[in-house]
Amino acid sequence: MDLNEYLGLFLDESIEHLQAINSSLLIFEQRLDDEAVIDQIFRSAHTLKGMAGTMGYDAIADLTHEMESALDLVRSKTQPATPELIDVLFIAAEQLETMVEDISQGGKGKLDVADTVVRLKRFIQADDTDVQTETETKDVPTQRNFECDVYSESVVKQSIASGYHAYVITVELSADVILKAARVYMVFDRLQSLGDVILSNPTSDELEQEQFETSFDVLFVTMKSEQEVSEGIRSVSEVANVSIQPFETTIEAEVATSTLEETPVETKQPATAANETTDANVPVAAKTIRVNLERIDRLMNLFEEFIIDRGRLERIAAEVGSSELTETVERIKRGTNELQSLVLTLRMMPIEQVFNRFPRMVRSVSKDVGKNIKLHITGAETELDRTVIDEIGDPLVHLIRNAVDHGIESKADRILAGKPVEGNLSLRAYHSGNRVFIEIEDDGAGINHERVTRIAIEKELLTEEEAAVLTPEEASMLLFAPGFSTAETVTDLSGRGVGLDVVKSKIESLGGEVFVETRRGEGTIFRISLPLTLSIISAMLVELGQETYAIPLTAIIETTSLRQDAILQAHREKVFDFRGQLVPLISLNEVYGLPQIESEAYSVVVVRSGEKLAGLIVSELIGQQEIVMKPLGSYLEGIRAISGATILGDGQVALIIDSNALLRK
Amino acid sequence: MEQKWVVFQLEQNAYGIDVQSVRSIERVIPITRIPNAAAYVKGVINLRGVVTPVIDLRTRLGFEEIEGTEETRIIIATLEHGDAGFIVDRANEVVEAMDVRIEPLTDQKQEETTYLTAIAKGEDQLFSLLEPNRLFEGIVHA
Repeated sequence: MDLNEYLGLFLDESIEHLQAINSSLLIFEQRLDDEAVIDQIFRSAHTLKGMAGTMGYDAIADLTHEMESALDLVRSKTQPATPELIDVLFIAAEQLETMVEDISQGGKGKLDVADTVVRLKRFIQADDTDVQTETETKDVPTQRNFECDVYSESVVKQSIASGYHAYVITVELSADVILKAARVYMVFDRLQSLGDVILSNPTSDELEQEQFETSFDVLFVTMKSEQEVSEGIRSVSEVANVSIQPFETTIEAEVATSTLEETPVETKQPATAANETTDANVPVAAKTIRVNLERIDRLMNLFEEFIIDRGRLERIAAEVGSSELTETVERIKRGTNELQSLVLTLRMMPIEQVFNRFPRMVRSVSKDVGKNIKLHITGAETELDRTVIDEIGDPLVHLIRNAVDHGIESKADRILAGKPVEGNLSLRAYHSGNRVFIEIEDDGAGINHERVTRIAIEKELLTEEEAAVLTPEEASMLLFAPGFSTAETVTDLSGRGVGLDVVKSKIESLGGEVFVETRRGEGTIFRISLPLTLSIISAMLVELGQETYAIPLTAIIETTSLRQDAILQAHREKVFDFRGQLVPLISLNEVYGLPQIESEAYSVVVVRSGEKLAGLIVSELIGQQEIVMKPLGSYLEGIRAISGATILGDGQVALIIDSNALLRK
Repeated sequence: MEQKWVVFQLEQNAYGIDVQSVRSIERVIPITRIPNAAAYVKGVINLRGVVTPVIDLRTRLGFEEIEGTEETRIIIATLEHGDAGFIVDRANEVVEAMDVRIEPLTDQKQEETTYLTAIAKGEDQLFSLLEPNRLFEGIVHA
């Protein structure tokens, strides 16, 4: 079975469970005896363990297993929770997050968690039932109940609904078996020919590494009878015993009937069928569905093309002057306007998932710097474009660390200033007009403008004369100047060389702005304003000489490399053979007034406009990127073959190539 | 309301533009060239997330183009069709109306009269008043 199909689902669910663990831990810390909270953490850890086991992420499974064991002791009141336990649980949650993050980036989710596991074990073994963890997985070899996660569960459900049988099979190898791994392989091979293995206990990795005694369990779905399966496995040599029992899921019966009513019996393989149920099943509670972002982007791209055609239609209608046509076009226009705002909101998500990591972060950072800080979050439900959600996390982390580190005074300073020892940090998000605002407010000492200005002068960011006429707002904005850092002692947190200037350019690349409001002795507000929706397009960034340009991906057929001798002349035009068709070659350097370059081979981007194709010669292909389209402004409207501009990650402006215009001539 | 001008310099010549239309004065930041535009169009800059056109005032007014210096500034003006910037050698000061006398143009070069509206004379200074909107007319069509 291909687990990759479930990777997206695994990631989404893991993130949800990690968030649940994080927020519960914070409550747990305050109320050590809150059973509901302990239960919540226990359940989330348990589910994570099951999912990670299925997906073969052993480090996550190990860690969650120990978390579960430790929490079980607390839950059963065998042992009281200790501050030490809470600290370890926080560390564990952070490590889990790191691993899940790694997996989402295409990694293997491996991390050295031995320390944390040992610390958790120490807590567990403080109890007299210390051997429990070791024996737990081995004690009942005949009927091991699989910890069935949502994937396996849904696979089984769907399979049963489609007329498959689900069995728990315990295979016992001879005590003197020599090639355990090979036998396991043969058993699995045989099983795969009879049906599908959903889960195994121990995991297939552990089995491969011979990390088991002589027996193992598999959860298996098949069309075959118990008899046939049993015979199949027994035909592998050195198999001592096979016992098969029907697998019982708690909600099996109910689901089986309801699925039968709704979906016609599937004759497909269970794996594909199951994929469909998981998609449909999981989100029912929230009445939402998960849609691949790519599909929405495709929808948006198609819609953009549609808008362009609508424009043409409007022009034609105006020329023709038929009132019936004009009226129809008018209706289409109203309809598409509504459709447009709808399509744009499809990409919107609540900012909650970004905000959720901050309570723990503020807790640990303030602990590190010896401050007492309370975080207040409002407006977590505020929706933002998905791309902004993905990108805004880092700038916010930076600003929040900055506030904890520099914004809020030390305990001693707060007492001297007659303030409560506990500092307050507020994180707010809200909509206003067609923008979204995110505010980070602290009740610290405020920005010391004199000091900021003095440092800026020392670092030669501005002259004495300039400093003399600086408004307070301008002085605050100096914090965002490249190479500026006010930390008198460089701490591990904020003084790491990357300054707030990175925050500023990141926010600007998202089409946003950042402002500072500060009052001496009372605190500071960092206010980020972001556009509600963005005209985001996928583009290929290319280099022409020293300049960077973007070509919208929708126009690109492919990128290729062309040797000098493959360039032909036709009607004094340069052409080349592209899939058996002669296609004109356009030198972008020539179009955009750059010096021509002669070379052995050229990088060529093949673009299309309607039926027409052309090859665009570029110096270098940089890569594909999501960019935010920005207008050039009325003064530069009509520049040949440029449709707009975008701001790159480094704050520089890159122009967007209008390939339609290039092909029109 | 009392009028004020931001006074700046190109070589030895001083010019003033209405302080009301000045949005900000920027140090030189990276400029992205705009191909196929008039020679005096330097390109576009990222002005706090807004793509803003910038022209070289020296070339625009017929001076020789030079490399930027420590004192080079971009004056961002709010104009009829949005914000736009122009590069000057140096931005000096803000001059108040009571310090100067406004006189009509004398024998200015024909070309410059399109942008210049009057002459301001003070005790120890003299500058030409510039109408920034005219600087940006037809910058696309070279």
